[in-house]
Amino acid sequence: MAELLIESDRIERQYWRDLWRYRELFFFFVWRDLLVRYKQTVVGVSWSLVRPLLTMIVLTVVFGKLGKLPSDGMPYPLLVFCGMLPWQFLSSAMSDSSNSLVSNSNMVSKIYFPRLVITVSSVMTSLVDFFISAVFLIALMMWYRFVPPLTVLLLPLVVLLVFGAALGIGLWFAALMVEYRDFRFIVPFIAQFGLYVSPVGFQSSIVPIRFRFLYSLNPMVGIIDGFRWCLLGGTSGLYWPGFLLAVIEVFMLLGSGIWYFRKTERTFADVI
Amino acid sequence: MMPPSITNANSEFVISIENLGKRYAIGRQQANGDGLRHAIEAAMRAPFAWLRSRWHKKLNEVDFWALRDFSAQIKRGEVVGIIGRNGAGKSTLLKILSRITVPTEGRIRIEGRIASLLEVGTGFHPELTGRENIFLNGAILGMTRAEIIRKFDEIVEFSEIAEFLDTPVKRYSSGMYVRLAFSVAAHLEPEILIVDEVLAVGDTSFQKKCLGKIRSFADSGRTVLYVSHNLDSIRSLCKRAIWIKNGRLQQDGPVDEVFETYFDSIANESMQSCANHEYGLVIQKVELRNSEGEKSNVFLPGESLIVDISFDAQKRIERPLIAIGVAGINGPCFASNMLLDGQCPDYIEGQGRIRCTFKSIPLLPQSYTLKMSIRATTITEMIVPYREVAYFKVDGDLAEYGYQGEHVIFAPQANTPVVVPYEWELPDGRTADVSLSKPALYGESVHLGPVR
Repeated sequence: MAELLIESDRIERQYWRDLWRYRELFFFFVWRDLLVRYKQTVVGVSWSLVRPLLTMIVLTVVFGKLGKLPSDGMPYPLLVFCGMLPWQFLSSAMSDSSNSLVSNSNMVSKIYFPRLVITVSSVMTSLVDFFISAVFLIALMMWYRFVPPLTVLLLPLVVLLVFGAALGIGLWFAALMVEYRDFRFIVPFIAQFGLYVSPVGFQSSIVPIRFRFLYSLNPMVGIIDGFRWCLLGGTSGLYWPGFLLAVIEVFMLLGSGIWYFRKTERTFADVI
Repeated sequence: MMPPSITNANSEFVISIENLGKRYAIGRQQANGDGLRHAIEAAMRAPFAWLRSRWHKKLNEVDFWALRDFSAQIKRGEVVGIIGRNGAGKSTLLKILSRITVPTEGRIRIEGRIASLLEVGTGFHPELTGRENIFLNGAILGMTRAEIIRKFDEIVEFSEIAEFLDTPVKRYSSGMYVRLAFSVAAHLEPEILIVDEVLAVGDTSFQKKCLGKIRSFADSGRTVLYVSHNLDSIRSLCKRAIWIKNGRLQQDGPVDEVFETYFDSIANESMQSCANHEYGLVIQKVELRNSEGEKSNVFLPGESLIVDISFDAQKRIERPLIAIGVAGINGPCFASNMLLDGQCPDYIEGQGRIRCTFKSIPLLPQSYTLKMSIRATTITEMIVPYREVAYFKVDGDLAEYGYQGEHVIFAPQANTPVVVPYEWELPDGRTADVSLSKPALYGESVHLGPVR
């Protein structure tokens, strides 16, 4: 018979067992969010295609045509889209997951289940959008008759990396948001700001080499570079120090995110 | 009796609570009112002081113990009602038991799968259809997908909303919403069920159905913790009651015993606030007496109920209008009202007593509340607002009055507890008097029930 001990100290082992027991809830939350999002819309799922398409056109015109930034012989829209894909995932996952606990506050204060489920599944919802947009990338590649290099096989690892980054940031913000609603204003700002400091509309190779490592402190630099490298190859190759830095940063973000979330989780219901 | 050690794994107790306490810091919200700015500002200005204050208790915090030194043990298959006034700590206890919040001190050992229903329909999404919400809500409550699919038809049938299954629940009436929500929750199959106030919503017939579900749950040998303001539902469901007062265990024992002291205490407490300083009137006490004139709060059907109101009027009050009402679970039953009968004193001054005798109360056995108000002659002005001043119980074996219907044992939940004497004349010529005012059914008429 299952025995449960509730004490003022945390019950670590039970928590992870519960997380396993509630594993189906991840799926249900993702399913709910997707279902709800497109209820009462006319074009439905196409919205996840229209948004990146328009952004891509704008970025291509601004950076490629007006700014005349180099593309290493690659079609500029393709270059932009490979950067936009991870960026849009990160920014939408970040905003959704930051709000995830607060917007489900009635559940948090009335029902028990591991709260990690809420935040993780909101990142997973964004991942579904990411895959839908990825279909558009394939279409774009076919349009330009572009065959990706073999490095494309490493792409899943980079996707995992950006997922980890989004989750790490999301866990921090979601937990912080419970007590400090200030993050409701901070998060959109970061999402907007990040678009300019990450190499979305351009290649990171245009950054002077002496600033390159400094620039790579932004983990999205390494991640987006990794994406482009996997999908497009490119003559310049991958800037490994930057990429490795990104990997380390993601692990730190994720580890500390889980730690902070777990630390504050027990008081969520009291504070929210 | 010392409770057995909590580490004793195979004890008969499925829930052991030891010295449980939950502290909330009141004032903390105000202190952090400006949110992050304060935290950052403080951290910038004096990093070490700020850190220290994070570790130690904040200065402008006031501790509030929502629950303290609470210990109880619950056996397998027990159905326990938890009573107490609002804010007494009932919800805190349930929240800790269902692991929504963590206790500040003490510990609980729970054996078996536990499910709690603190609110009906938590996690329902208004945009989703009934069908979709069944799955979502089921999963949130801890059911697996396979389990939900297996019980789906049963859930739909219980909820009585089959034809609206594919309508978004935002278009549901609140009654339908509650029915669906309760149905999902009712089909959880935990070993221990915690229920809080869920029956406060929905119409009476559905409430009854829900109560029936909880009862069948209890009958199947599972453990139930039940909180409700509907004390009669507690009385009919539970054998044992726990009374929490100001965060502490006040009494734990058989329902009837706990209820009796609980009623007394509530009646006394509400008395204290029965004063109007503007008019200089204090209601010292409201006492209930039986036909022998003894203080009591248990009456027999058909017995007399005497209400004694002792007052102290420091100023002279002209023509006060008193109303005394008796209410059952589902609302008012009857009243005495000077506004209607016009029999009011010319004035009251100093200490005195007003007595109202209800002759032979025509009430079925269940709990009642006595409410009272005093109005000034202007009628619109309330000297003492209409409020509960006393509780009493009508107790008695209906069989002694000739009652022998199939549902006679459910009389405690009668929606219409007032019985006016009536007579049946049946096609076969039999007639029967039914009344609560006397051991009925004697005399010459052929009767339905056995004569005592």
